[in-house]
Amino acid sequence: MRFLLFLVLAGVAALLASCGGKDESAAPGAELSGRVTVFAAASLTDAFQEISAAFRAAHPRVEVVFNFGGSPTLRTQLEQGARADVFASADRQQMDIALRSGVVREPVAVFANNSLVVIAPKDNPGRISSLGDLRRGGLKLVLANPEVPAGAYARRALALMDADPAFGAGFSVAVLANVVSLESNVKQVVAKVELGEADAAIVYRTDVTPSLASKLVQIEISSRYNVVAEYPIAPTADAANLRLAQAFIDFVLSPAGQAALARYGFLPA
Amino acid sequence: MSERRERPSAGVDATRVFAPLALLFVAFVAVPLVALGWRAVESGELAANLTSDLVLDAMRLSAVTSTIALALAILFGTPLAYLLARRDFPGKAVVDLIVDLPIVLPPTVAGVALLVAFGRRGVLGGRLDDLGLDVAFTTAAVVLAQLFVSAPYYIRTVKAGFEGVSPAYEGVAATLGASPLRIFRRVILPLSWPSVLAGAILCWARALSELGATLVFAGNFPGRTQTMPLAIIGVFDAGRPLDVAIALGVILVLAAAVLLVLLRLAARSATRPSF
Repeated sequence: MRFLLFLVLAGVAALLASCGGKDESAAPGAELSGRVTVFAAASLTDAFQEISAAFRAAHPRVEVVFNFGGSPTLRTQLEQGARADVFASADRQQMDIALRSGVVREPVAVFANNSLVVIAPKDNPGRISSLGDLRRGGLKLVLANPEVPAGAYARRALALMDADPAFGAGFSVAVLANVVSLESNVKQVVAKVELGEADAAIVYRTDVTPSLASKLVQIEISSRYNVVAEYPIAPTADAANLRLAQAFIDFVLSPAGQAALARYGFLPA
Repeated sequence: MSERRERPSAGVDATRVFAPLALLFVAFVAVPLVALGWRAVESGELAANLTSDLVLDAMRLSAVTSTIALALAILFGTPLAYLLARRDFPGKAVVDLIVDLPIVLPPTVAGVALLVAFGRRGVLGGRLDDLGLDVAFTTAAVVLAQLFVSAPYYIRTVKAGFEGVSPAYEGVAATLGASPLRIFRRVILPLSWPSVLAGAILCWARALSELGATLVFAGNFPGRTQTMPLAIIGVFDAGRPLDVAIALGVILVLAAAVLLVLLRLAARSATRPSF
């Protein structure tokens, strides 16, 4: 019985000590520790993994856990109660919905920009050499879901081409008629082209990573039709360790984080 | 000493210990299913969700593809099940293993395997492409994915049914001058009918619930490759309200329940002598 009492007291003491420790660590400059869970758009996969390695090198007692996926998927998971500390979306829209539904909190910061490119497999079975070729009947095109940022941007770019008489009447309708699969995130779109199953796709410039560049043909989308994709990042409303979440966000916005993003083709915010 | 004293009451205590555990588990399975139905009714838009284009397209496609997959499983699986049950041939153990393998494989592995075989760059896909047969992203790809993962359930069950028919009946029929094909049709098939029915139901249910292989091999396009399970995933991916996913879920739960009841009926008719 006395032993039990001792255990309880020891537990309380440890709890108090740990609380004290937390207060202490809240002071600026104190060492960061613990785990930060980051929900990030699929297009950020490679760049964020490099950023996380650098972040952990600077803060050895920190663990970074990622969940990469389509921005709407991640936002839905957050709304359904998934535990996370940081949300990085590939567009404003999903971040705005997340703000409205109260799963993320201010400050929201834009940390990168991206643009679109048309990709085809290296052997180019659809013989695509210009944007105009995308309307040719019988092509197999793959896009991301219209709700996924990459899918929405692609449709916006097609609409801009549609408005240009150079592409002929009904351009975007003809292109969309060639779409054979709507993927849930942009990395799956890239995979379908990389496998050679699809003739072409519209993806982010940053999706053509160094390891994929040799397997893909790229067709530029002129800035007249290209859409600038803005990437916002914010802490979640119920971040377990807000200071750590904000530290990760600050690191993404720091010169080191921006340099890593630039290495993967992202444009500065 | 105390152990010996407790022993007489052990029989009673077993129920007392087991029942709460058993009840907890039943609740664990029942609560999500009831919650699904409750949320569907509570939304007040079940009927509207069920008649949306997305849901109707997915239901139509699921019904068509799973039925074709079942028909193909019966066409090719019945002879295979018969040979496995009745004949000895070299490599039989290997064939048996190959047939059963998709049951224990993760469906995504099945999808990747189908892709590297029948995809455009696949081992056979290139040749199919030359013949103008391009299955990637088509409804045919959905059927192939479903057939691959569901046929083993049919073959296994039917094989066990054939094995349960005593060879003595075949011997009698043969001495009466019946041809082997006639024996199969008039003796073996009627006697193992409940197994054939049970196998068909299991096969159809598995085809209906197929997701992983289809996503990888057939892609996701409404009306063409988006079956009901894919439509449910699509709702999450698009970040749409869950109501549509819940409506589709309710239909699949009801369909599964009907299939299970049919399965029980088939099993009951199996225990009744049918001759």
